[in-house]
Amino acid sequence: MTFLKSRETILAAAIVVLIALIATRFPGFIAPANLVMVFTDTSPLMILAMGQMVVILTRCIDLSVAANLALTGMVCAMINVAMPGLPIAVIVAISILMGAALGAINGVLVWKLNIPPIVVTLGTMTIFRGVIFLLTDGKWINAHEMSAAFTGVPRTSLLGMPVLGWVSVLVAVVMVIVMARTTLGRAIYAVGGNPHAAVYTGIDVGKTQFLAFTISGMLAGLTGYLWIARYSVAYVDIAGGFELDVVAACVIGGISIAGGAGTVIGTLLGALFLGVIKNALPVVDISPFWQLAISGAAIIIAVAFNAQSGRTKGRIILKSAEHAQ
Amino acid sequence: MSLTDTTPRVIPDRLRSPMRARMMSWESLLLGVAVGIFILNSLASPYFLNAWNLSDATFNFTEKAMIAFAMALLIIAGEIDLSVAAIIALASTAMGVAMEMGAGTPVLVLVGLGTGLACGAFNGALVTKLGLPSIVVTIGTMSLFRGISYIILGDGAFRGYPSDFSWFGQGYVFWVISVEFAIFALLAVVFGVLLHKTSFGRTVYAVGNNPTGALFSGIRVDRVKMILFLLTGLMSGLAAVCLTSRLGSTRPSIASGMELEIVTMVVLGGVNILGGSGSIPGVVIAAFVMGLVTFGLGLLNVPGIVMSIFIGLLLIGVIALPRLWAMYRKTGG
Repeated sequence: MTFLKSRETILAAAIVVLIALIATRFPGFIAPANLVMVFTDTSPLMILAMGQMVVILTRCIDLSVAANLALTGMVCAMINVAMPGLPIAVIVAISILMGAALGAINGVLVWKLNIPPIVVTLGTMTIFRGVIFLLTDGKWINAHEMSAAFTGVPRTSLLGMPVLGWVSVLVAVVMVIVMARTTLGRAIYAVGGNPHAAVYTGIDVGKTQFLAFTISGMLAGLTGYLWIARYSVAYVDIAGGFELDVVAACVIGGISIAGGAGTVIGTLLGALFLGVIKNALPVVDISPFWQLAISGAAIIIAVAFNAQSGRTKGRIILKSAEHAQ
Repeated sequence: MSLTDTTPRVIPDRLRSPMRARMMSWESLLLGVAVGIFILNSLASPYFLNAWNLSDATFNFTEKAMIAFAMALLIIAGEIDLSVAAIIALASTAMGVAMEMGAGTPVLVLVGLGTGLACGAFNGALVTKLGLPSIVVTIGTMSLFRGISYIILGDGAFRGYPSDFSWFGQGYVFWVISVEFAIFALLAVVFGVLLHKTSFGRTVYAVGNNPTGALFSGIRVDRVKMILFLLTGLMSGLAAVCLTSRLGSTRPSIASGMELEIVTMVVLGGVNILGGSGSIPGVVIAAFVMGLVTFGLGLLNVPGIVMSIFIGLLLIGVIALPRLWAMYRKTGG
């Protein structure tokens, strides 16, 4: 019974129903090749959402992920233009390290100076974008300037799915293990569930939040390379506003914004839900301009749904006091 | 928002001597910064000290400051509204639609203010009636409101507002005093009195410091929050009227990113982002500081996106520096 009522089951069912509805109007949508395409297209969102999930679990929020992605991606593209012979493995390593470093900046400000995460990441969001402009003077880096290997890797097909899709699978496997089987993963849940209790059990709350921001940054950096390589273009505003989709994916996936509750699978399903909608809009002949409003409505409905299901079932003595908290 | 704050809030038994407290207050420090920037600007550019140039400079902050006043009250009460820039977009789009249908200036203004009020009511209802956290709600409505603008406008734009509509954003009341600046000054007084001289103002502080305590003291916490969301929506509608009038056109990307500058203005003005403290004079001075910085950099030909680095650094810096200073003092420096 609890399995049927779980967020993951409901979401998975919703996605199946959604795909079935689209298939009634456009049968080609459920062709395996198309579903793989939708999965691959949603991969950047899934990877970023898993990073965001870790941050939200510790009662923080990271609004700088899209700017981090853009800055790291731009630096990778610039390195590629300057040194076309550099192996892609090195570029991937650079993207992960640089993303982690940018995430660590957020983490240090939250950990050591105790600045509210929303303020820190709103600030770094604009700073990262501004730095891209300083680096490039607003110029674009286009496909013909990048090496074939640089743009080719994420699109290489392996067992019928591009590498980009497999990277999200790999990240998901690693994250499931980290969250369920390591002390860090359990500490992340503990910090979000009850920071005071976490302190008494010997968990450093600030340090755990710092590590969460670093993980989020790391995944944003990795996505930076994948994104730039896949679309073969880099400019200041790339992935602008994408942080909202990432937060939306988490909220829809059942990650409680109050921290401490949520799963990797839920996050993935939340991202896929948005991904299916995004890919279905052109198919069912709705203008892509609807997408922003749909994401917004999805966030609000999901957070309202979360609040209803998460409400403690106790006796309320003073009725309006529960809102006052 | 203070979810991870594990240290108890310390309320001193005895305040510092009034004179010293006034000298060391955030507002006087900020005023010093404003004067410093003013002097630097006039040294850096020969075009700075000119009444008309300075009057132009005020447009950098008047629209943002209108919203910042209401946002200050909202943040003091422990909530936040990140959808303000999106409300501007939606209100401006609604005015565009009304204009296409042949509405005159008075109707356009009413449509702008009404849309703002409706958006504020929507945010407020979600926060107070459903008990949802305002950060997530307004991140959601930020996409929703701007998304509706995109649905209506796509990649198009509304142009051709009536000529007398331009008065709000381009008109002057007296010599170099623009209509927008006059509205800003009037609102500064209204909000200053509302927050510092009325019982409603005191309830705002009470709600921000201790919502449960406020509730048990007979304050209708939800109603106070609802009023503040309505007020923020109304001010966003007013800013939309001014901005649309000044630009003379509406695009769905209008005012994008402005919420960040408004929150920065409020925090720079000394309002505690966790709620409970802050003042309107502080926000007024912060508005001038930000206006002078962007105008000065503009005179020096610094591009807008580079200015946003300054805004970002300012936002983090004004919160980080006092904390670093406190840490330095604690370790015996």
